[in-house]
Amino acid sequence: MTENEHEPERIDERVPKRVIGTPSPAESTALLGTGDDGSPQGPGPLPGVKFQDEKTARKGERIAALCFVITFLAAIGFIASYVIFQVGDIDKTAVSNLALGGTLTLAFLALAIGVVVWVRMVMPKYNLVQERHEMRSDKAARSYVAETFAQGVEESGFVKRSLLRRTLLLAAAPLGLLPLVLLKDLGPLPGTVLRHTVWGKKTKAGKPRKLVVEGTGAPIRAADFNTPGGILSVVPEEYTHDLNELAKSTLILIKLRPEEIKSGTNINWTHDGIIAYSKICTHVGCPAALYEQTTHHILCPCHQSTFDASDGAKVVFGPAARPLPQLPIGVDEEGYLIAKGDFPVPPGPSFWERGDAEAEVRAKGGQA
Amino acid sequence: MSEMTANGVGTVQRGTNAAPPKAIAGISTFLDDRVGAGNFLKRNMRKIFPDHWSFLLGEIALYSFIILLLTGTFLTFWFKPSMAHVIYDGSYEPLKGVGMSEAYASALHISFEVRGGLLMRQMHHWAALLFVAGMMVHALRVFFTGAYRKPRELNWLIGVGLLTLALLEGLTGYSLPDDLLSGAGLRITEGVAISLPLIGTYLTFFLFGGEYPGTDIISRFFTLHVLLIPGILLALITAHMILMWVQKHTQMPGKGRTNTNVVGAPFYPAFMAKAGAYFLFTFAVIAGLGTFAQINPIWLFGPYTPADISAGSQPDFYMGFLEGALRLMPAWEINFLGYTLPLSVIIPALVPMGIIMTGLALYPFLEQWVTGDRREHHVCDRPRNNPHRTAIGMSAISFYGVLWLLGANDEISAKFHISLFVTTLVGRVMIFVLPAITYAVTYSICIGLQRKDAEVIGHGVESGVIKRLPSGEYIEIHVPAAEDIADHMLDKKPVPMLPGADEAEERDGIPPKSMRGPLGKLRAKMSRAYGGEKIAIHQGHGHGEDEHAAVGGGDDQSSIGR
Ligand code: HEM
Ligand code: FES
Repeated sequence: MTENEHEPERIDERVPKRVIGTPSPAESTALLGTGDDGSPQGPGPLPGVKFQDEKTARKGERIAALCFVITFLAAIGFIASYVIFQVGDIDKTAVSNLALGGTLTLAFLALAIGVVVWVRMVMPKYNLVQERHEMRSDKAARSYVAETFAQGVEESGFVKRSLLRRTLLLAAAPLGLLPLVLLKDLGPLPGTVLRHTVWGKKTKAGKPRKLVVEGTGAPIRAADFNTPGGILSVVPEEYTHDLNELAKSTLILIKLRPEEIKSGTNINWTHDGIIAYSKICTHVGCPAALYEQTTHHILCPCHQSTFDASDGAKVVFGPAARPLPQLPIGVDEEGYLIAKGDFPVPPGPSFWERGDAEAEVRAKGGQA
Repeated sequence: MSEMTANGVGTVQRGTNAAPPKAIAGISTFLDDRVGAGNFLKRNMRKIFPDHWSFLLGEIALYSFIILLLTGTFLTFWFKPSMAHVIYDGSYEPLKGVGMSEAYASALHISFEVRGGLLMRQMHHWAALLFVAGMMVHALRVFFTGAYRKPRELNWLIGVGLLTLALLEGLTGYSLPDDLLSGAGLRITEGVAISLPLIGTYLTFFLFGGEYPGTDIISRFFTLHVLLIPGILLALITAHMILMWVQKHTQMPGKGRTNTNVVGAPFYPAFMAKAGAYFLFTFAVIAGLGTFAQINPIWLFGPYTPADISAGSQPDFYMGFLEGALRLMPAWEINFLGYTLPLSVIIPALVPMGIIMTGLALYPFLEQWVTGDRREHHVCDRPRNNPHRTAIGMSAISFYGVLWLLGANDEISAKFHISLFVTTLVGRVMIFVLPAITYAVTYSICIGLQRKDAEVIGHGVESGVIKRLPSGEYIEIHVPAAEDIADHMLDKKPVPMLPGADEAEERDGIPPKSMRGPLGKLRAKMSRAYGGEKIAIHQGHGHGEDEHAAVGGGDDQSSIGR
């Protein structure tokens, strides 16, 4: 690299070469500043540097100054707004947000405009040329590096002493594994938890688990859920706030007229036209929360997978590949809806170890 | 370069007796005595930066990142990355008494009880959108002008890394407030992760600390979002800037601009001031958006529960293409030997992203392989002058665009009263057809534009002056194109081609070694198609011909690289 590689190229060699920041020929000890003799420093007129005429520059100075004053005032306004406008409810917050944000925006906008005016109207117009050089270093440097590298290899004995080299590599190998090993406790192994939900277990009191309304936690009397076309979002009793459980056990409860129910639905698992399907979409797990009464379609708002509730929630459209699993339900002695067992297949999104659970159930003579 | 001297004529002679104030001089001397900063500054203060509006696109991303660091740090002072259950008792009435995670409660606290908190939250979110958008258009500029060519391939790769990381950073950030909308995004993330063959279940159990959603994910994402990913981003951005500085910026073709120089304004003081102003503008725009344009009003969505969802939920725009891919995919799932391969999830999650990111990363090297061009390039191509590259780029944009639009297929279908089935089916066809059409159309537009350039140079532009010839005929006088425009056009060079590729076909002799075998033949064929001059520019009018030959592009090939 030559010393003045980055210096703007000068065409007129009569202009003495000098770069800002370098000491002038007159001896100077300061990095920035006049020499002891007080001689002026810095570049004279360079080719490619076109100064503004004084009128433009003067005008630019005034506009920029105005902008900077606006910024000053806006910043003061920001501080004042912070003190004056309290927050605490949605209306107060909106006012405070407007005052703080408005002054902040104005402050930066005015400053930005001021600097642009400064550059455009006060600073010179530049059209400087600088040389570019190939990125690669020259031959001499390359061969020096190559030689030095080889020399280092030689001096260190890394190649010659194979015992040293091999044991070093041996030592490094397991070290690389340590971070991975350390991460093991990030989580438990999956085991079979994904295959079961709390619907398959009795309550603490040893009773069958009731279906309760999401949000209120109220149990549902079958006789009260009697309008055909009705729909409810349902969660398991005792687990109404357990997010892990809700993420796989939430149900969508639908009431159909008996004649509307098709063969895909397992009639034995319904109660008086009431059917319970997993609400967790078999695509990637969003709650399939929309229901269209006239078509009996359950629609997942995430990617529009559509399931036919009258026909075992089979997929009629969209990227989901499997029906929503049906939960076997019945009523207890008081007439409340209860789960009669777990889902026959794992609910929710597909995963590698899941396998064709539906086919397995069918092979055992069941209906999935 | 004699015209440069001309610019200097007539300037006011300013002997600068403006010496810096004692204090500054004192400090700089103190520093220089100890670290020798003067040597560095001597070489760099007057570094030349070329000027073009499109060179500012990357800066949008850079300044947005700085704003993200500032606003994000502010948010960390109050945000509690915890999934512990609390009962809300803040000042937002509608949610009083509702159970929620501490994270959501603290995000509400930032919004309603911290002065400027809502502003910072909204600015943070807007800056995130601008950050990603800025990076995307910047990358497109670099692509279409061929600025990724040697020696800038490394910076291109860093850029691809930055883009990928930014998507991850956005994803983790979006999940933090733990409202119903952010939870839906998290659920989809989990559903995608668990679908991966072999490792999916383990990956999700390790990520979530067990079953979804568990109680760890917010704090883990928090660490990723405020420490790990920003740290890597910062390091990569720094490397990106250093490389740009060392390699010097590319410049647009034009008068006096060659492959061996840089023409423009010096870093100090002009470029520095301009960049500063640009940062302030970006800041002002983001502050303005944060003030006047509401974004992510989390209090309206309520706390997250996996049992509920708000209809019509949309992710941030940069996730739209993944969302669209998920929506577009037919319901394919393979079961074998007791295992499940959910193709309807894996393909949309990995393939579009894979095609785009891998395609981006490999493009400079594939182009080099096809053209055999190993020289350095510092003058940008005009997109029309490399029609195949431009067509490939536009084609990729249309691919991305279809996915992105389909990410809102429900809104499209509602707005235009088309059935959802139809929009999705059209999307499934379009994802293959539109990129092909775009390719063909772009290619012919490029050729058309080249032809127009050739015409302007060859015959000049219509002057609007009608002249009557002695024969009685009327003609319109054509005048040569303005010099700067002509220079811009005349810098055109043929797209490089493998040496010998153009003859390899006809020649009955043996083709060069690199062009033998099936792969070699394909390479030669691609090189023939990709490279070469489609429409040559010939100068008609005797206007400054010699000068252009010298200034425009004569010395380009000779001096740099091999
Ligand atoms: C570099 C790219 C970054 C992107 C793309 C990004 C993106 C986001 C997004 C989209 C959100 C949700 C905002 C909302 O509530 O509406 C968020 C939240 C958050 N971010 Fe970032 N962020 C970035 C950097 C940072 C950094 C550097 C920090 C801290 C040092 C940070 C701290 C936070 C915190 C604490 C939250 C949660 C606060 C809340 O939502 O109220 N972020 N981020
Ligand atoms: S999660 Fe239901 S369609 Fe994707």
